[in-house]
Amino acid sequence: MTDLTTYEHDVLVIGAGGAGLRAAIEASAAGVSVGLICKSLLGKAHTVMAEGGMAAAMANVDDRDNWKVHFSDTMRGGQYVNNWRMAELHAKEAPDRVRELEAWGAVFDRTKDGKILQRNFGGHRYPRLAHVGDRTGLELIRTLQDHGIHQGIEVYMEVTVVTLLKDGDRVIGALAYEREHGRFRVFKAKAVILATGGVGRAYKITSNSWEGTGDGHALAYRAGAELIDMEFIQFHPTGMVWPPSVRGILVTEGVRGEGGILKNSEGKRFMFDDIPPLYKDQTADNPEEGWLYTQGDKNARRPPELLTRDHVARCIMREVKAGRGSPHGGVYLDIAWIKEKLPNAEEHIKKKLPSMYHQFKQLADLDITITPMEVGPTTHYIMGGVRVDADTQMSTLPGLFAAGECAAGINGANRLGGNSLSDLLVFGKRAGEHAAIYAKENSAGMVDDRQVDQAVKNALAPFEREGGENPFALQHELQDTMQNLVGIVRTENEMRQALEDVGKLKERSEHVHVPGNIDFNPAWHTALDLNNLLTVSEAITRAAIERKESRGGQYREDYPAKDAEFGKINIKIKKAEDGSMQITRVPIPEMPAELKQIIEEMG
Amino acid sequence: MEATFRIRRGDGEHGEMVDYTTEISEGMVVLDAVLQIQSGQAGDLACRWNCKAGKCGSCSAEINGMPKLMCMTRLNTLPVEEPITIEPMRAFPIEKDLVTDVSWNFEVKKRIKPFKPRPPDAPDGTWRVMQEDIDRVQEFRKCIECFLCQDVCHVLRDHEKYDEFIGPRLLVYTAALEMNPLDIEDRIGDLRNDFGIGFCNITKCCTKVCPENITITDNAIIPLKERVVDEFYDPVKRLVKLFRKK
Repeated sequence: MTDLTTYEHDVLVIGAGGAGLRAAIEASAAGVSVGLICKSLLGKAHTVMAEGGMAAAMANVDDRDNWKVHFSDTMRGGQYVNNWRMAELHAKEAPDRVRELEAWGAVFDRTKDGKILQRNFGGHRYPRLAHVGDRTGLELIRTLQDHGIHQGIEVYMEVTVVTLLKDGDRVIGALAYEREHGRFRVFKAKAVILATGGVGRAYKITSNSWEGTGDGHALAYRAGAELIDMEFIQFHPTGMVWPPSVRGILVTEGVRGEGGILKNSEGKRFMFDDIPPLYKDQTADNPEEGWLYTQGDKNARRPPELLTRDHVARCIMREVKAGRGSPHGGVYLDIAWIKEKLPNAEEHIKKKLPSMYHQFKQLADLDITITPMEVGPTTHYIMGGVRVDADTQMSTLPGLFAAGECAAGINGANRLGGNSLSDLLVFGKRAGEHAAIYAKENSAGMVDDRQVDQAVKNALAPFEREGGENPFALQHELQDTMQNLVGIVRTENEMRQALEDVGKLKERSEHVHVPGNIDFNPAWHTALDLNNLLTVSEAITRAAIERKESRGGQYREDYPAKDAEFGKINIKIKKAEDGSMQITRVPIPEMPAELKQIIEEMG
Repeated sequence: MEATFRIRRGDGEHGEMVDYTTEISEGMVVLDAVLQIQSGQAGDLACRWNCKAGKCGSCSAEINGMPKLMCMTRLNTLPVEEPITIEPMRAFPIEKDLVTDVSWNFEVKKRIKPFKPRPPDAPDGTWRVMQEDIDRVQEFRKCIECFLCQDVCHVLRDHEKYDEFIGPRLLVYTAALEMNPLDIEDRIGDLRNDFGIGFCNITKCCTKVCPENITITDNAIIPLKERVVDEFYDPVKRLVKLFRKK
């Protein structure tokens, strides 16, 4: 074997956002040695971008809330193709996970009686999101980071995993490289947890940072694990659209939670025009009732702006397509209007939405306390990911676990805002706990030197070639393809075209050339990321073709209705023996009677 | 329209300023230009960035000599008719191009005693805290750890007191712990003896560069200095302490 430095841990966590940090803390608390690999510096992961809050039925603001309501809201939001066991565990355990953060130093906004304050969000029946202004993700990651550094976790910053290492069927470590000097490292571990986040960089317009390249999805897939629900991508309805350089940057749903409304170019509040039957009874039918809801009136129903993200995004697309959009191809999100209702509106907005105020002021020269924002859909989150056992978060490969965005199941066809931060706490903890148990029960595996040598050789190949393709240019082409052909509105023809295009890009990616040396080289990193992006793009497209219906994050213009038969299955993706991508429909297990009853009771 | 960016290239030992000319358009920030240069002309140009929205604090650099986040610096605030210089933060060792070794900050943070809450107020293990009692702490917790305040602090940048002084960022971190109404740990002795709070002579450069507009000096450092003074130099307190010891 090439003479590589080797690190050994009981549990190796790949990814240091909320899920990875929470998993590392839990595994470490179980008394095993833990290594934590960060793609960037510690504390910079995409979790910092989460704004609105974390959903947990603590009932601090509305005492009618409890885990059953949260469970049923999550299932409804996911259009009932969720893993119901995960939705159940999540709803039951989220409150404890939030309280635990407070014990570790998180400083949440407070209610008048000094409890953790909770706010309204789309698809949640009661105010449920524990939050800190509009920077909840930063609070979460900083709390976990500052707690975690005292737990004896070994942190490896700016290290990127190239491949998972296997001993037979079992995952026993990873090969990675450290960015500063481009040196390869072998990480041996008895259990490996993937917590690598999302795939947003497969799309041109996205709220995700450069890191969101589907690394965990692709690593797991290539190692032989199963992925599910890859067709379900969440397009967040409100990303910035102007100026061009900030297109896609997130505008928190909290703006609507605080009373912000959506209007088209004719000044019409179009969200009242199309309220899905599933939500008719829960949705206000006039503006006044909607406003009262955002101000905490328990008898009022929520405004249509707080319908689920998939629906709001499609309504915005409809307005734009019908020629009623804003000058730069979005619609208007207006929070300034609340000055008609509140005497101190300007101060109120700045206090409740400080980062949004700052973001628009600085990047778009726009004062949101005076002028409506221009917003449009942006690729935000993938519901699909590594197929895991609900209780242990172990994938279909022994020794490989996954948590957070790169794992699948809890969200079904559409994730509710605020469920992501609670998801990563609940299942990050579970992954850490069960990976530690697995590590204690198993000895270290044997690293296959040939696998390591081959992977190192493949990774270095882009330096060997002369005058090949530019990795950045290929990534941009892929982003255009996915944006145009596998976006919010999909058709079979376009997706077939996308498959063909992705196939061609894959061939071209084998001729990528990077300039310079291996020290901190972004072109090289982009070339490696590109492999992952191509794999997940193919998976998304194939799954989306297979699901011939519209549901949640998947909207098919050629199959615009929901199909009950597809409501009974998830789409599974696995690498076949011959290396091709295998698509299978797997039945969703029957829900236990007590959970069914909860859903019926909640109406 | 085109503009020229004069970017520091090279490793810790050898470096030079290299000019790159690229197309600029409305609304662009410095980071857009750097990424455009990277993807078209200089694939191995190293820089850090993540969120591109001023929330992660990765893309700190010195733009025309001013410590700033590249993602929040609009080109229309700069004189683009002349070359715009972009250099790495000076207070930290250069790894490559615009990337510096900021690991010192992470190491120092470990030396600060972690959060230690009082016993819970309610039987369910929760606390009761009033919003007005945490407003100040929440201001400090806005910090995105861009380390621009560390970069600009002359105690570190010019006098290189890395072993004796923890710098504004970590004083803000300590202040957030010390002023947290739930916290019962005592870090006042450490502030005086190990963290070198006395080195700060309140020039407020850190406050000026903070992209989160945290009033570092007035709200964090000065109150901490006062606590140190109260603890160690207040004659009445010293007397009381003397008796208590007996």
